Amino acid sequence: MGRIERGGQRAHRQTGQQPNIIHFHRVSTSSEPYESCSRTSTQTVGQDDARVNWEGTEHQLTKEQVVRYSRQIILPSFGAQAQSRLCNSSVLIIGAGGLGSPVAMYLAAAGVGRLGIADRDAVELNNLHRQIAHRESTVGIHKCDSAGLTCRSINSSIQVEMYKDGFNQQIAMELASCFDVIVDATDNAPSRYLISDACVLAGKPLVSGAAIGTDGQLTVYNHGPDGPCYRCLFPEAPEPQSCSSCSDAGVLGVVPGIIGSLQALEAIKLASGVGRPLSRSLLLFDALAGRFTTVKLRQRMPSCIVCGTSPRITAESLLSYSYATFTGAPSHDAGPAPLELLAPIQRVTAAELHKWVTSDSVSIVDVRPEAQFSIAHIPGSTNLPFSEAKPQAFDEHIELMRQRVRDAAIDTGDDSLHPAVCVVCRRGNDSQRVVDLLVANGVNDVVDLAGGLEAWARESGVDFPHY
Amino acid sequence: MITCKIELSGGLETLFGDSKEHSLQVEPENGQATLGDVIISARDKLLTERPELFMKNRSVRPGILVLINDTDWELTGQLQTIVEDGDTVTFISTLHGG
Repeated sequence: MGRIERGGQRAHRQTGQQPNIIHFHRVSTSSEPYESCSRTSTQTVGQDDARVNWEGTEHQLTKEQVVRYSRQIILPSFGAQAQSRLCNSSVLIIGAGGLGSPVAMYLAAAGVGRLGIADRDAVELNNLHRQIAHRESTVGIHKCDSAGLTCRSINSSIQVEMYKDGFNQQIAMELASCFDVIVDATDNAPSRYLISDACVLAGKPLVSGAAIGTDGQLTVYNHGPDGPCYRCLFPEAPEPQSCSSCSDAGVLGVVPGIIGSLQALEAIKLASGVGRPLSRSLLLFDALAGRFTTVKLRQRMPSCIVCGTSPRITAESLLSYSYATFTGAPSHDAGPAPLELLAPIQRVTAAELHKWVTSDSVSIVDVRPEAQFSIAHIPGSTNLPFSEAKPQAFDEHIELMRQRVRDAAIDTGDDSLHPAVCVVCRRGNDSQRVVDLLVANGVNDVVDLAGGLEAWARESGVDFPHY
Repeated sequence: MITCKIELSGGLETLFGDSKEHSLQVEPENGQATLGDVIISARDKLLTERPELFMKNRSVRPGILVLINDTDWELTGQLQTIVEDGDTVTFISTLHGG
């Protein structure tokens, strides 16, 4: 395995046998590289003038660093020594999204000497309400580039490294090993287990944050003599259906901002050796109640399969461990895979439905949740919400649907070339479940919109927002 | 019989009528009430839907942390932890979003 080069000032690009780190390269083009942090604190003016102008006590900050960080240096509980340690430290931020944005920005601003940013996605417009490291001008650009740009514009004296394939199993150990503190700012269970395992095996503290809806959680794993890891708390992965994602459940933008800011704080405490890290404590944030609660957690579990007394996951076995199988979930925060429940003849394309709609001869039933229906719907459609979790709740609508199909059939006439009712949803999965349910109850002459309203927004030619 | 306070966090409240705080009366099976009794009572008296997202076998499902008076139940004896009148029992679903 290739070694990740450090300490250089020029851009690095690895080729050949190291495909996993091929996208790693420097963005720091600063004339004041990270190495300056280790310079002697005795400053001189001019080459022929050996007169000592000033010296600091037990710190190696330059004059520029003293000026830049003066407001936290003068803080008695922080001081020049802590700032000096921070300038000599390295932090890896995994995920440059809602959590990772404030982490990267605050750590860059605070002067962490070497920042690593790992992500594999590009910036989308629907990220901007919470992922504040990105800009309208960087939509479509890789998140590492976008966040790197922001960090550099805040502080060009630090070194920023990008890992554009994200934090994957192949480079997990190597990456975790070459940073002092790791920050988990990802959005899915498999990544969280992988990151925790790698931190245990590399012996690095992990600042873990999560946010969804109006709730946030924060803790530090694998720190100190008795700090637990993620697996100590959750030895068995939750079922995928009990995990919601930002793209499905929604998130109030400032909530990950608050948790991310707290992650930056914990990373600064760990890297500078100041304060008491949030190990064996879990901080809970309830945005709607405006309440922070901190609860006491267990210590490291002897039975843990990675940090316990007889570990089964090692640096070697981590490479072949199936995180997707263990968690039953993919390592991304995308929507569910397309379902293939109905026969092609029971489905219509967006283009076909568009023709029917414009000729006003089809009745549309939209089965999304009310909140989504209210965002945007096809004019004239009716909202009868369906939830996969509670399919029986749709039973009350079945008679209504039967009636609707009958009425629509009368309207369109017997010689109609297409079904009377079309069921639509966001992506075309729930609509299939509903048609299947209706057919099972003897309500025929119903089709669904393949690909849902996402396909409608893409392919029908009408103006419809994608969310 | 004891009365304890139930708190829900991390989205679990959606299984309990969208309310994050409840009062629960627990009739212990024998002698003193335990966290095991509280979980069963919460399911029977407070849970409004999808019990499989709250329980697995006779305990909570994976991914849920249980606290008694803000302390991890791992430190107090898990299902066998004695619950007294006025105690607060918190169920937290771990979040993954970011």
